[in-house]
Amino acid sequence: MIVKIVNKGHYTLWRLRRSHMNALRCVHALTILGNKNRYYMEKHIFEIKNLNIYYHDFQAVKNVSVAIPSYVITAIIGPSGCGKSSFLRSMNRMNDLIPNAKLTGEILFHGVNIYDPLISEVNLRRRVGMVFQKPNPFPFSIFANVAYGLKIQNIKDKAMIAERVEESLKRAFLWDEVKDRLKKPALELSGGQQQRLCIARALAVYPDTLLLDEPCSSLDPLATAKIEELLQKLKKEVNIIIVTHNLQQAKRISEYVGFFNSGELVDFGPTKEIFERSAQSMVGRYIQGIFG
Amino acid sequence: MFFSTALKKYNLQTNGPNAVFLILVMLSFCFAIAMLFMLLASIFYDGFLRLSWQFLTQFPSRNPQMAGILSSWVGSLYLMILTGIIAVPLGVGAAIYFEKYAKKNWFNHLMEINIGTLAGVPSIIYGLLGLALFVRIMSLDRSLIAGAFTLALLILPIIIISSREAIRNVPSFMQDGALALGATRSQVIKTIIIPLSFPGILTGVILSLSRAIGETAPLIAIGALTYIAFLPESILSPFTALPIQIFNWISRPQILFHHNAAAGIIVLISITLLLNMSAIFLRDRFDRKNSK
Repeated sequence: MIVKIVNKGHYTLWRLRRSHMNALRCVHALTILGNKNRYYMEKHIFEIKNLNIYYHDFQAVKNVSVAIPSYVITAIIGPSGCGKSSFLRSMNRMNDLIPNAKLTGEILFHGVNIYDPLISEVNLRRRVGMVFQKPNPFPFSIFANVAYGLKIQNIKDKAMIAERVEESLKRAFLWDEVKDRLKKPALELSGGQQQRLCIARALAVYPDTLLLDEPCSSLDPLATAKIEELLQKLKKEVNIIIVTHNLQQAKRISEYVGFFNSGELVDFGPTKEIFERSAQSMVGRYIQGIFG
Repeated sequence: MFFSTALKKYNLQTNGPNAVFLILVMLSFCFAIAMLFMLLASIFYDGFLRLSWQFLTQFPSRNPQMAGILSSWVGSLYLMILTGIIAVPLGVGAAIYFEKYAKKNWFNHLMEINIGTLAGVPSIIYGLLGLALFVRIMSLDRSLIAGAFTLALLILPIIIISSREAIRNVPSFMQDGALALGATRSQVIKTIIIPLSFPGILTGVILSLSRAIGETAPLIAIGALTYIAFLPESILSPFTALPIQIFNWISRPQILFHHNAAAGIIVLISITLLLNMSAIFLRDRFDRKNSK
C-alpha cells in the first residue's frame, strides 16, 4: 500500500493494484512524504527525448525533447495540425490505437520509459488520465460514469465506490449540481457539466497526471470559466497538461507553455516569458495573431 | 382524381415527365400492395373460421376438422430457441472478431466477401449441407438439434452482417473514453461495445429468426417429419414445424386441409409480425434510453 499525501488530507489513501507497473511503484513510494507544503520528489513528470511520431510517411511530431514540470499546468499551443494532439496522445499511449502510427524516441514518466515493452499501456492509462475535446460521457447514469474506472479495476466494494464517486464529483465541482440525480443518464447534463463529469470520471481512478485535449473548445465562455477554475484547483493535486487553441486561456491558466509548429516544439518555457517574446520570433508572431 | 390530388400535394406539374414518373411509381406501389392484400384476404377467407383454441392445442389428425397444429408450433418454438442459442453467440462473436480484432489483410477481406455471399445462398443448399453434415456425418438423425444447427447456419451470415453494422455504429469516442481510463480491449468490448450495440444486434437477431421461422426447404431437406402426434421430449427427438405442416396440408387433395393450411399460415404470419414488431419496439426503446 502506498500513501500519497496531498495538501488536503482526504485524498490520502491510495491503494495501487498489484498489477501496476512495478517500476513506477518504486518511484512513487518515494513521493509519499509530504506536509503542508507539498514535497516533490521529482521536478519533472515527463521527460521526452527525441520523440518522433509518424503516420504512414507523414511525420506529425519531429524530434521533440522536453521535460514537463510537476504540479503546474502546462499548456501546449500551436496552429492546427501542428502535432500537439499527437504529442499529447503519445503520453498515455492513446496513439498506439491509431493504425499505422509509429513512434521513435523515449517518453519517461517518472523516470520510466512508457514505451518499454514491459510497461502495460493499460496500467499507464490508469495513471495518466485523458479528457477529450468533445465531452464523451458514456450513455449510463452519472454514478455509473464516475464508477466506471473503478469497475474495470474489479473494485467491488460498494461503499468505497460510492465514496469515491462523491469525492470525485466534488473535486470536479459537479457534486452540488448532480447530487440529487446520480441515477439520471449522464447525457441529460449540459455540455459543460458533461465535460466536468469526464474530468470527475478521470479523477476517480486517482491519476497522477491529466491530459486535456482542448477540453473547452466546444463549450461556452461560462462553462469554460468553470473548467479553468477547476483546473486551477486541481493542479495542486494532479499534474495537468492541456492542449488549447485559445491563447488567452493558455495565458490565464498555465505556468508553462510549449509552442508547436509543423511538428516541432519551437519554444517551451514559463508562460510569462513565452508571452513576452517579441514579435520577431515565430512564437511572438503567433501569439500576437500575425500568423496562425 | 387520386393522382391529381397527389400531384398537387407534392406541388408538381400535372403534366410532362414528372407526372408520368409519379404515376408509374405509384402504380407499382399499388400493384405490390394490392397483391399483398389479395394474398392476405384469400388466406383469411379460407382459414379464419378454422382458427380456434382447439386448432392450437390439438395434434395433427387424418380428420381435417380434428387436426391441430400443437406439435408444429411447439416444434417451431423449440427450433427457434435452439437456433437462437446456437447462432447468436457464434454470430456476435464473429462480428466482434471482424470489427475489433481482425487485421485488414486479403484473407479477412475474402472472408467478409464470403459471408456477404453466404447470406444470399438459397436455403435449400443449407438444407443439403445440414443433411450431409448433421444428419449423416454427426448422426444427429432428423432431430430438433439437427434442424436447429441447419437453421443456425442459414441465419449466421445475416446475424454477422447486422451485428457488425451495430458494432461499427458505436462511436469511437466512447471507446477512447473507456481506454483512457485504463480499460483493456476486452473490457471495452464487454462494458461499452456490447451494451451500446445491443439494440442493433437484437434487431438483427429477431429479424433473422423471423426469417428462419418461415423456412421450409432446409427442414424438408433434412427430413423433418410431417406427421407427429407428440411433443419433442429432448433435443434429439424428431420434430415438425409450422411451415412443414402447412406444406403437408397444402399438398393434400381435400379442400378442408387447405383451410387448415390457411389457418396455419395466419398463425405463422402473426408470429412473424409479432417478432418484427418486437424488434422495432426494442430498438426504439433502447435508442431512446441511449440518446437520453
